[in-house]
Amino acid sequence: MTEMLADLRPRLSSEPVVNTPPIYLDNQSTTPIDPRVLEAMLPYFSEHFGNPHSSSHAYGRVAADAIERARGEIAALIHADPREIVFTSGATEANNLAIKGAAHFARAHSQNGRERDHIVALQTEHKCVLESCAELEREGFAVTYLPVEPDGLVSFAALERALSERTLLVSVMAAHNEIGVIQPLAEIGALSRSKGVLFHTDAAQAFGKIPLDVEAMKIDLLSISGHKIYGPKGIGALYIRRRPRVRLLPLIDGGGQERGLRSGTLPTPLCVGLGRAAVIAGAEMTEEAERLRRLREGLLRNLARRVPGLRVNGDLEQRLPGSLNLSFPEIPALTLIEAVPSIAISTGSACTSASVEPSYVLRALGLPDPLANASIRIGLGRFTTAAEADFAADALAAAASRLTQQGGIPT
Amino acid sequence: MTAGITNGGSVRRAMPQAESYLDWNATAPLRPEAAGAMSDALGRWGNPSSVHRRGRAARQIIERAREAVAGLLGDVDPSGVVFVSGGTEANHLALLGAGRERVLVSAVEHDSVRSAVSGAEIIPVDTDGIVALDALDRLLGADVRPVLVSVMYANNETGVIQPIAEIAAIARRHGAIFHCDAVQAAGKVALEAGTIGADLVTLSAHKIGGPPGVGALVVTRRVDLAPLLRGGGQEHRLRAGTENLPGIAGFAAAATAAATELAVYDRVAALRNGLETEIATVAPSAVVLGAASPRLPNTSAIAMPGVAAETQVVALDLDGVMVSAGAACSSGKVGPSHVLAAMRVDPQIAASTIRVSLGWSSSEAEIDHFLQAWTAIYRRCRGLAEGARAA
Repeated sequence: MTEMLADLRPRLSSEPVVNTPPIYLDNQSTTPIDPRVLEAMLPYFSEHFGNPHSSSHAYGRVAADAIERARGEIAALIHADPREIVFTSGATEANNLAIKGAAHFARAHSQNGRERDHIVALQTEHKCVLESCAELEREGFAVTYLPVEPDGLVSFAALERALSERTLLVSVMAAHNEIGVIQPLAEIGALSRSKGVLFHTDAAQAFGKIPLDVEAMKIDLLSISGHKIYGPKGIGALYIRRRPRVRLLPLIDGGGQERGLRSGTLPTPLCVGLGRAAVIAGAEMTEEAERLRRLREGLLRNLARRVPGLRVNGDLEQRLPGSLNLSFPEIPALTLIEAVPSIAISTGSACTSASVEPSYVLRALGLPDPLANASIRIGLGRFTTAAEADFAADALAAAASRLTQQGGIPT
Repeated sequence: MTAGITNGGSVRRAMPQAESYLDWNATAPLRPEAAGAMSDALGRWGNPSSVHRRGRAARQIIERAREAVAGLLGDVDPSGVVFVSGGTEANHLALLGAGRERVLVSAVEHDSVRSAVSGAEIIPVDTDGIVALDALDRLLGADVRPVLVSVMYANNETGVIQPIAEIAAIARRHGAIFHCDAVQAAGKVALEAGTIGADLVTLSAHKIGGPPGVGALVVTRRVDLAPLLRGGGQEHRLRAGTENLPGIAGFAAAATAAATELAVYDRVAALRNGLETEIATVAPSAVVLGAASPRLPNTSAIAMPGVAAETQVVALDLDGVMVSAGAACSSGKVGPSHVLAAMRVDPQIAASTIRVSLGWSSSEAEIDHFLQAWTAIYRRCRGLAEGARAA
């Protein structure tokens, strides 16, 4: 069976499967696994397949050691202690655990009757944050959904107004999945800490792509995803601060793994993969960011020259290097996407991209529906080549001009 | 025999000393079919929720996987298969998601069921590990609040198989939702959703030769479940989060292989029975727990009276034989097994019980290896005991 998995090795490493048509520019949605990550994972599917919680024999211990190594690798990338990392099945679970876990703990341990029962989140948070908040509302918690500035950045005045002595947690996405905007985490962290409020950030898109420092940024809870950073699907992590200690109630209880915060057999190969992906992302972050920024700027220049009225959604400076969200005036996004089948792009979040509703994120930026409906998301990634970015710009510009000339675009 | 069955040799090749892995109930090695499917899925990566070509290809893998996993339960509607991160999460989704005011769980359930809901009531078992049906009936009749009953198909520590159809019938009679944790039974005995009669069934991939990190809750009847993890509307809005595509593909391939190769467990049962016969010959004082009940063909809970389970496990490990002192998740913890306590096993016997669990590639050589090592420990400890008595 080692051999069977190994069959994949040459296929992945010598011929990147990414660079076959259609050109993949949806890297916010998911990324292909880096061959080096897969290589690190393979032995833990086969010869080291033991249950990491079987401490009584060698198979278990080998797996447990590998998991602890991975925990350290993940922690190092955000300047955390390995004991502050809890593995989850992905960022969705990490976000659910952070928000519901903190709220449920606060409710169970309210001090001298003064309960903190209020949560603040941006209107532009990922669905899994918003849905977790909505669930808490049904349980009697209060939630403030903060509007954002037209550039997608947090409004400090609004945030400051929203915080009260009843607020237990602020949740702000580090880098946005749809518009790519990076929030001023250190400032939000400082403000939250000064009010005794926990600061949670969904860093599914940011982890491994921009520098994150839980100390400098005063982050208490930080959600991580494997498959957004060329690691495996089905694995993520939640950073939980130890000093001062952040307490959560678990969502999934049972065998008591992960110090009681997340029961269930840990998937060793996936944990190892996330660790390796973090190491690679850390080592190559500066270089990769610079390369992607240049590709993105080139693509944008190319398009802006040829598409009149092209609009970039979200702040252009505070932005993930590989991420763009663009409105093509008068051209419905789905029409545009259908017109360029050689490129894999999307209208926004994959979870909701099959829906025809305009993006709630773009609405929160104040975009009128026709513009919001005319927006696409482009995500360049580690395996995107300059030739592909050029091709994409040409294809999109050509399609846009064709569709505009045709007029009579169905709306 | 297929490649999958002979392939277990690599388990022994992995480390220098002769090694015998007899801890299959903790986790099983990956089946080659699963490895192949995962390789394929890794090559066709994409987010199954994306509308573009890559997303659609990924979606297709998942929908096919639902059929393969449903196949483990005979004739069930594949659309009821909800993929989750594993058995523990599936058990939580069932017990918490059903939102019943009252929850009854058997005394021998896995920790992930016992801990899912606080205030769950316990259904006792008899000394053979079988759920007391009259007690269940009484408990259900004593209260009219909406209720969920959770009883595992087969126990992870003893292999004892419950009279599931009868339990389901009693639950049904009282209008209860019935959940069955079939994590250990799947792939080892033939399962028929119709016979099990459960509304919700838990399955895990890594126990049947699929990868760790994926499992399923199978909803066989209309049950209104609330999701545990909220977010994107994946898995019919029952489980948010980007699907673990290679994991799901591996699970599906393992499920198909397991269902096809079920007959191999006749051979496994013969090995296990031979092992128990040999133990009884060597050590008349040894006890096999749950032996009077129907059991999984691969599991044996063996007590060597007077010798702590931890001592046996460590000594066996030194000899290259891997077993456990109970469930893997708690095997690092000290403390008696709640399963054996529920069966009212004498605490000293319980403390000297190890779990030996076989799998599709277990060989006679491995059983001999175990018997040699076990017998050596037994003779050494008995010698010590007799020496002490003589002195």
